[in-house]
This record gives sequence, structure tokens and C-alpha cells, in this order.
Amino acid sequence: MSTPTNLHLYILAAPLVTAFVLNLLGRISRAWVMPLTLGPLAFSTIGSIMLLGQVLSEGGFSYTVGNWKPPFGIELLVDPLSALMLVLISGVALTATVSALPWVEREHPGSEHLFFTLYLILIAGLMGLVLTADAFNLYVLLEITSITSYGLIAMGKGRAPLASFNYIIMGSIGACFYLLGVGYLYILTGSLNMADIAAIVKTLPQSAALATAFAFAMVGLWVKMALFPLHGWLPNAYSLAPTGAGLLFAPLMTKVTIYLMIRVILNLFTPEYVFFSHPLVQSGVVWAAAIGIVCASSLALAQRDLRRMLTYILIAEVGYMVGGFWLANAQGMTGAILHIFNDAVMTLCLFLAAAAIASRTGSLSFENLRGLYKTMPVTMAAFTLGAFSIIGVPPTCGFFSKWYLLQGAVQAEQWGFLAALLFSSLVNAIMLFRIFELAYFSDDHGDHHAGDHSHHAPAVQEAPLPMLAPLVLTAAALLVIGLGTGPLVQVIRQVLPQFF
Amino acid sequence: MSGLTAEIVAKYNYWLYVILMMVGLYAMIGKRNLVKKLLGMNIFQTAIILFYVSMGVKRDAGIPIVNKYEVLKNGIDAATVVNPLPHVLMLTAIVVSVSVTGVALAVMLRIYREYGTLEEDEILEKIGK
Repeated sequence: MSTPTNLHLYILAAPLVTAFVLNLLGRISRAWVMPLTLGPLAFSTIGSIMLLGQVLSEGGFSYTVGNWKPPFGIELLVDPLSALMLVLISGVALTATVSALPWVEREHPGSEHLFFTLYLILIAGLMGLVLTADAFNLYVLLEITSITSYGLIAMGKGRAPLASFNYIIMGSIGACFYLLGVGYLYILTGSLNMADIAAIVKTLPQSAALATAFAFAMVGLWVKMALFPLHGWLPNAYSLAPTGAGLLFAPLMTKVTIYLMIRVILNLFTPEYVFFSHPLVQSGVVWAAAIGIVCASSLALAQRDLRRMLTYILIAEVGYMVGGFWLANAQGMTGAILHIFNDAVMTLCLFLAAAAIASRTGSLSFENLRGLYKTMPVTMAAFTLGAFSIIGVPPTCGFFSKWYLLQGAVQAEQWGFLAALLFSSLVNAIMLFRIFELAYFSDDHGDHHAGDHSHHAPAVQEAPLPMLAPLVLTAAALLVIGLGTGPLVQVIRQVLPQFF
Repeated sequence: MSGLTAEIVAKYNYWLYVILMMVGLYAMIGKRNLVKKLLGMNIFQTAIILFYVSMGVKRDAGIPIVNKYEVLKNGIDAATVVNPLPHVLMLTAIVVSVSVTGVALAVMLRIYREYGTLEEDEILEKIGK
């Protein structure tokens, strides 16, 4: 335990405070929008990297807000995992924002400041979720992120408000279930502090009330993370959201919720209770995740629009992480946590690529992807790298987490989950190679034979630099994270309980 | 049978919350009108608020407003006051529920401007065209 500093509070406060400043100053001049969004995010990114360095060298610490001692006050926990998550959130948000800025300017001229007010509060909410060590505080922050995302999705065109409304209904059910779970826990333990509850839960006898509390909390989080079959709200909400908002949701929202599930299992209900007192439930969840992976992958195969297809891949990936963590062995849990980071970066890469393509073609339906390798070579190269990572081709990072998950499945003898992982990789390969084929080969064969002079490669028309630069950076990060898997796994191992 | 009745009477607050919650859940999932869905969501959230509020209650206990100096001097018997913490939590939950309702109403306004109706069937029909 190192001495607490206030650094993590500044990281959290930067986007939160500037959100309101931006709302006011943005009314006076739109020129404020860019510095006031990129500024706090850059600050948070640098701050969280410093915090991670401090936590790794000196150990984590817990922080009592306002000096109200736990278990009465709200406690913030900064351990290696939450510090890593902070780096991930701020880094991904910063990268996504660079590309989101021109999109918001294009899609919402005149209301950029309103968009980014919600956007920054959402990021602050995500950071708070990662830090909090209080069960009720977690609910409040969950709702802060949800309410801002409802608003952001509703800013989209056409059917987006309807998708947002469905998300409001489903999201509220999820949050209320989690709140009910906390209520039952409070009746049992009389506490809201996670560490305090965990200590009391260990001494409690097995009871229906404890199982009810756990079931409510889990189902609530599963609705929020869109685990199949509770995923109904996600494809429409994410594919119809404004492009700039989609860039932030897709990599972060589901991943942070999975992190919350891991926190609730490890730090609230304790893994002894969750995994080992009900072995049937444990293997049941792994099976459900396996079925979810297969179904979501199959649904992805049926889509004819790139962004919609990616949202179904996202749902399948949720199954990877939930199933992997519930394997309840070191390999599976390491794989699941590692996959949170990898999946966030590769989803960001694919969504950035999709946004860059859409900036030139207007639509992302498959027929518009023809010949893209010639007109947008850099974008498609980055897309290819992201796709390889989703499929799991070494040395991209997607391979390593999948490898851990497969090992975990073998060790736990969960053959159904193993088969689902392999099936999903295969389906991903089929889907993405179909896109490669469309973009590479289907280049107007008719003209080719007619001897038209336009046979020469059409002019390269890359996306504008603010969309291209973050994309290339993210694609490079896929390789860097892939090669840096070793140190990352060592950090993750520190968080897992000793007996795994 | 009398055992069941006794059980229900003894824990009537929990039974009430379960019934209210199911009414809300049915409205959210079963109804096709968006306003009814939103009302269902409000009933659902109110049920949870009632659940929390009722768990703080103790038999024959008073309101938790006490004389600070007397308590510091003599201490206090926890059984004489209700537990205020769940009630305070619900203040936050009410704020959350009001905000969600506000956002949902604003979203509904946009839906109405776009499609001229709040019946889900009619909206889907118009989208299909």
C-alpha cells in the first residue's frame, strides 16, 4: 500500500468539470470545443499513465473521499487493475475524440458543445465506475453513464430516438435489478462498502437471500453489458448513434461493465462464494456464454452493413469475456481481463476504420465497400489489421487473449465454450474475408474488359487526417499490445486472488 | 394455508413491492404504447424505492432526529430510531429516476415529431414503409 495521492481525483475531475465549462463557453464560440475536449482528455491520459506507474512501483491504495472513514464514507480503490482501466479509458477516449470531432461538426453543426458536454460526463462516469469501491455509488455512476449515453444516442438521425428509448427501458431494468441486489445485500450485511461486505459475506451461511442478491446484481449487469440473450437493445442503439458517439460506446461501454462484473465477483461476493458454492451455476453461465457467442456470431453473418455487423461481433466478444471469467481458473480469468483491453483497442480500430470509410462513401452497406483497397489503402490496411486481431491472428493482440481463453477452457474441461470460441473465430474469418474480397477484388470487372481508360487505379481518396491519424495509431497499438502481452499479464495476475 | 397467510401478513411490505414491481415490468415489456412503457418504468422504480424505505423501519422506533449532545454523553439505543441510511439512498435513487424520466420524455418528444405517434406498432409500420 502506497501513500494516497489526489492524482486519480484530478484524472476523474478533468473531464467532469470541463464538461460544464464547455457547455457555457461553447455557447459563446465554437472554437472552444476542440481545446476543451482534447485538453482534459490528454490531461487524464497523462495523469493515468503516471498513476499506473506509481501503483506498479509502490502498490495500490484506497482513498476516502472527504476523509469519511470506510465503511461509512465512499471509498475509491486504486489497484493495478483499476489504474490499467483508467489508462485504457482515457487513452481510448482521447483517440476516439480526435476522430469524433470532425464527425460531430458534420452531423450536428451548431450543437457541438452540447454533444461534447454529454460525451465528457460519460467519460467521467466511466472513470468513476472503475475507481469506486462502494456498491451504491457504483449504481449511481452506472446511471450517470447510461443517462448520458441515452442522450447521445437520441441525437442520431432517423430511428435513433426509438433505439434510444428501447435502451432507456432495458437499461433501467438492468440498473434497477442491480439496485435490488444491493438492497438484499444491505439487508444481509448492513453495509455498502465493497470490502466490508466481502468480509461479512465470508462469514454468512448459504442462504436464499444471498443467492437472490447475487442473481439480481449479475442479471442487472448482464443486461447493461448486452450479454446474449439480453442484447436486444445494443445493435440498433450503437449502429444508429451519431458516428462520434458510436466511436466511444463501442470500445468502452460493454468493457467497463464487464470490469464491473469482475469487481462484483472478486471484491463484493468473493470468488469462493460465486464459483465454488454453486458449481452448477458456474458451468451454466459458461454454457450460456458459449451459446451466446455462437448465436451472436451467426447473427453477425446475416448483416449487410459494416457497422451493424461490428455491433454483433461486439456482442459475441461480450460472451468471450463473461464465459472466460466464469471458467474460474487462472488462465480463463487472465484471458478475460486481457481481452477487455485487447477488445477495447481492436473494436476502436474497427469502428475508427468504419468511420473513416463512411466519411468517403457515405454509407457502410457492403455494396459500397467495393474497390476500397485502391481508393483508401491506409484505412483498409488498418482495418485489415483490426480484423486480423478480431479473428485472432498472431502477433496481433487478439490472438494472445484468445489463446489464454482457449487454455482456460481446456483446463476447465468446458468443451462447449472451446467449440464456441473456435466457431466464432471461424465465422469472424469468413465475415471479414468477405469484406476483404469485396474491397480488394470486386473492382468493376465490367470496365476492366471494356478496355476503358479508367482501368488505371482510381485516385487515392483517403479520409481526412483527423480520422486517419487515430486509426493508424490504434492499429499500431494492436501490435504493440500484442507484443507487450507478457508484462500486461503479470500486472493482471497481481489482481487475481491468491488461490488461482 | 394459515402458514402462508401468516407469512404474507408478516412480510406484507415485501409482497407489495414484488406485486408493484411485476406490474411495472409487465407494462414495460407488454405494453405497446411508449407512454405506458415509461409509466411502467416509473412504477418499477417506485417499487424498489418502497422496498428500500420499508427495510429501514423498526417496530416502535421513532424518527432519527436526536439531540447530539445527549447522544454524545449517554449514547443511544439503536432500536429506538429507524435506520435512516436506506431512506437517504433513495433520495439519490429518486433523483436518478427523475433524470431518466426526463431524458425519456425528451426522447419521446423527438419520436413524436418524427413519426406523429407514440404507438410502437404504428411507428414500426411507418419505418417499414
